[in-house]
Amino acid sequence: MTITTDEVSTTDEVSEVAEETAAEETAAQTATHTVAPHADHQATSTGLSHNKLLMWMFLGSECLLFGALISTYLLLRERLPEGEIGPNDVFDIPFTSASSFVLLVSSLTMVLALANMNRGDERRFRIWLLCTALLGSIFIGGQAYEFTAFYNEGLGYTTNIFSSAFFSLTGFHGAHVTIGIIMLMSLLVLNMRGRLGPERAETVEIVGLYWHFVDIVWILIFTIVYLFPQ
Amino acid sequence: MSTDIATHDPTTHETTTHEHAHPSDWQYIKIALLLAVLTALEVFTYFESVHNLSDAVLYVVLTVLMVLKFVYVVAWFMHLKFDSIIFRRVFQVGIVMALAVYLIMLTAFEIW
Amino acid sequence: MTQVQEQGTVSTEVMPTMSAQRGQIALPAARVVASPMGVFARPQASRGWKSWLFTVDHKKIGIMYGAAALFFLVVGGIEALLIRLQLAQPGGSLLGASVYNQIFTMHGVTMVFLVIMPLAAAFANYLLPLQIGARDVAFPRLNAFSLWVFLAGGVFLNTSWFLGGAPDGGWFGYLPNAGITFSPSHGMDFYAIGLQITGIASLVSAINLIVTVINMRAPGMTLFRMPVLSWMLLVVQFLLLFAIPVITVALFLMMFDRLFDANFFNVAAGADPLLWQHLFWIFGHPEVYILILPAFGIISEVIPTFSRKPIFGYSFMVFSGILIGFMGWGVWAHHMFTSGLGPISVSAFSLSTMFIAVPTGIKILNWLATMWGGRLRFPTPMLFAVGAVAMFTIGGLSGVTHAVSPADTQQHDTYYIVAHFHYVIFGGALLGLLAGVYFWWPKVFGHRLGEKLGKASFWTLLVGFNLTFGPMHILGLQGMSRRIPTYTPEDGFTLWNAVATVGAFVIAVGVLLIFINIFASRRRARGPSPRPAPGPDPWDARSLEWMVPSPVPEHNFDEVPIVLSQDEFWHRKYETAEDGQMRRVATEVAQKGDAKGVHLPSPSYWPLVLALGLPIIGYALIFNLWFLLLGGALVIAGIYGWILEPPDDPEAPHDEHGNGEHGGEVMGLLEEGSESLVANGAVANGAVGS
Repeated sequence: MTITTDEVSTTDEVSEVAEETAAEETAAQTATHTVAPHADHQATSTGLSHNKLLMWMFLGSECLLFGALISTYLLLRERLPEGEIGPNDVFDIPFTSASSFVLLVSSLTMVLALANMNRGDERRFRIWLLCTALLGSIFIGGQAYEFTAFYNEGLGYTTNIFSSAFFSLTGFHGAHVTIGIIMLMSLLVLNMRGRLGPERAETVEIVGLYWHFVDIVWILIFTIVYLFPQ
Repeated sequence: MSTDIATHDPTTHETTTHEHAHPSDWQYIKIALLLAVLTALEVFTYFESVHNLSDAVLYVVLTVLMVLKFVYVVAWFMHLKFDSIIFRRVFQVGIVMALAVYLIMLTAFEIW
Repeated sequence: MTQVQEQGTVSTEVMPTMSAQRGQIALPAARVVASPMGVFARPQASRGWKSWLFTVDHKKIGIMYGAAALFFLVVGGIEALLIRLQLAQPGGSLLGASVYNQIFTMHGVTMVFLVIMPLAAAFANYLLPLQIGARDVAFPRLNAFSLWVFLAGGVFLNTSWFLGGAPDGGWFGYLPNAGITFSPSHGMDFYAIGLQITGIASLVSAINLIVTVINMRAPGMTLFRMPVLSWMLLVVQFLLLFAIPVITVALFLMMFDRLFDANFFNVAAGADPLLWQHLFWIFGHPEVYILILPAFGIISEVIPTFSRKPIFGYSFMVFSGILIGFMGWGVWAHHMFTSGLGPISVSAFSLSTMFIAVPTGIKILNWLATMWGGRLRFPTPMLFAVGAVAMFTIGGLSGVTHAVSPADTQQHDTYYIVAHFHYVIFGGALLGLLAGVYFWWPKVFGHRLGEKLGKASFWTLLVGFNLTFGPMHILGLQGMSRRIPTYTPEDGFTLWNAVATVGAFVIAVGVLLIFINIFASRRRARGPSPRPAPGPDPWDARSLEWMVPSPVPEHNFDEVPIVLSQDEFWHRKYETAEDGQMRRVATEVAQKGDAKGVHLPSPSYWPLVLALGLPIIGYALIFNLWFLLLGGALVIAGIYGWILEPPDDPEAPHDEHGNGEHGGEVMGLLEEGSESLVANGAVANGAVGS
């Protein structure tokens, strides 16, 4: 039974490579060496929570989703034939600026809710959380108003390529905000029933991550869709 | 292999920033104010452009402001500035991938 | 009220035992899941169909993925045989053009999305936790959810046959050809919605497995000690993570175009049909690597085992896999060279396509170098693995000819392309995955598949495969187009089409032999004179999954192994003496699988409920929006049932559960949970030493 020298060289390579790997490895090693091997309660290899990692993965994936929608919008707006009803005919920048501002403020109230939860101040947590959900609802209301106004100006979903792309992109975003509001309200109910206390602040943080992500997507949409010259 | 830990020293400094305490409420409010100002600037630039600015300038200014807002929200409100490098990398890969792929696609369409 | 429920029952009944056991393994006897609201109790069955339906065990889920994939392999195979029968002779009249369109479309969709991907998912689910030394995946219920959603999507797609016609626009559904004007049946609606549903399954599963690999490795199992298969599966999950949203958007646009008269692909209104092609192939090319990389990983496990050598150039294998993953994002437009992209785009994508052959070539060379000088054995898995390498190399080489865009212009949409991708996907991916089936069968089921039948199936498949797809190179260069339902004797395609049809039936015999083997081996293993059980390590293999008994006990590892090196299990068995000889140092290194009271996640109803809602929503979108109420109700019930489900066991480690799962934890536990959270945070901050 022979074994090649490769056996040895490979393991050398590996330890070299291992040295190159980033901080996660350090964390992994440190973590694994602090854990008793027999314990069932094994800390995660990186020390990061599963749930938070899940949310960040999901958000990374969402980047490509909204990227595709925004690209579609850019392409179809550019290809819109002359004379068709287009963005310049319908957009109401002051109104949209106001609703952008509302969504931005909701991000602030969200972090304040989380900060209060982390401090154990559940009453203020509830107030700020409710504010966030309310601001989100105002945003959605604004979007509904905007869509109706556009429709009355002759821009329906099927009118032309611009309208299909615009309504789909902003509608997708609106759906995300709506889901966010439902999640926020669920948190609120859970908290009032005593099932979500400061010890589970991480759940709030994770919902918050989603909420902020929806906010940054709107930052992109506001500039690219509404403000960029047509 | 536990000796490996010692050799990993260079990487630990990357994570030392995490030791910052959570930002205070006032810091969050300051960030929000900044974001509000940036948004106002955006809108101002937009209306100014109707008379005074060329499209090229407008694109550049708006893009810069947009990226600034994006980064501030991600870094502070989403805590990425203070959080694990793994979260940061995951999100960065998503953004970079989306930017690269879709910019190439739109370039192939020659829409610029 | 709910609050009272949890605090009441749990604290009175579980607290006493729990406090004694904190920090230790919880005994199942202490697991009291009694709940006044019966609907929230978790299912308990550990045997029978219920134990499969509501399972969250990654091994059972893996087996079900595999079974579903093999079922769809038969479906897709029958479709392939119909295609070949139609084309067996000039002027074939078996199917007619319309049915032919549906058959080849569904053949492609089935084989790609319902066979290769789930078969790879079967390996990922079953093996990934075992190979990294974990007891389960990070989110067991999400794992079950992925399976059921995948199955729902697959069944949904195939019900189209009975509901007005299957998809007929080709597996890549180019628009506007697949639009409502040219494809008025509901077929492409099923395609758009069905693939979105299976996409959800892939995305959820991808996130789940990535978190598992990042967070749940055994002590000492650094990323660069993971087996190559784990690495390739990890790369595939990342590809899925970023590719699925792209196809989701594309399918969404298609769906809204077809169902709600949107204008995304309405050329008359100024839309650009290339938008679909770009979006589809931005997803589609990574998808190609999603199909092939798991097979690469399996080959990288099988070849070292039967060469009795470590994989040659482990880090090269890993990095070339990562590189393939990255570069796979920069080559998509080579599917569109004839669409008028413009010379710059064509040159750029031509170049990047040629470059991607480099990491692929590295892999092939490393497999050869692994075998070089090794003590080779050729049981069935090794035959399949080596066969896959050879066939993939042929397919890879014809792939490089597509990178040369002038040549590609000639080959585009001909049978040359069909030959190429069958060589990589059938010859590479499927043969590689079948190598895995034979290799891990004893691990999964506790008995081997018969060698004689196995070898017979391999040679039959190999001969049939080359007989079918080899001639297609010639047909393609002769100018035979893809997707034509028939041809004339004057075309000169008669001979090679006849050969290909014969080959297809030889393949069918090969697949049949596999199924016969499966049933015969099972019967023999249960019969009066079974062969001796293969034991935990039948192949003298190298990675951790061979350390546990076959079949794997529900808790995987009696105790989680501490990993000191790559090929950990091998190094526990062998050491190299001073004279360079390798000696077996330990005979009994496998675990017994008799650990008691290991905490395991409890089964759950909700993944199934949630998954059932999705196809109903699909039918609603196609046929009648009122069904949305039913589908939506199921989804909402599923989500809230899921969130509000009582924790199976208060001793559950804080991090083994899905989002928002800790409904009614007991206070003492919460302290413990937050302690571990703090500890985790400290580790993440690198502040352990300070």
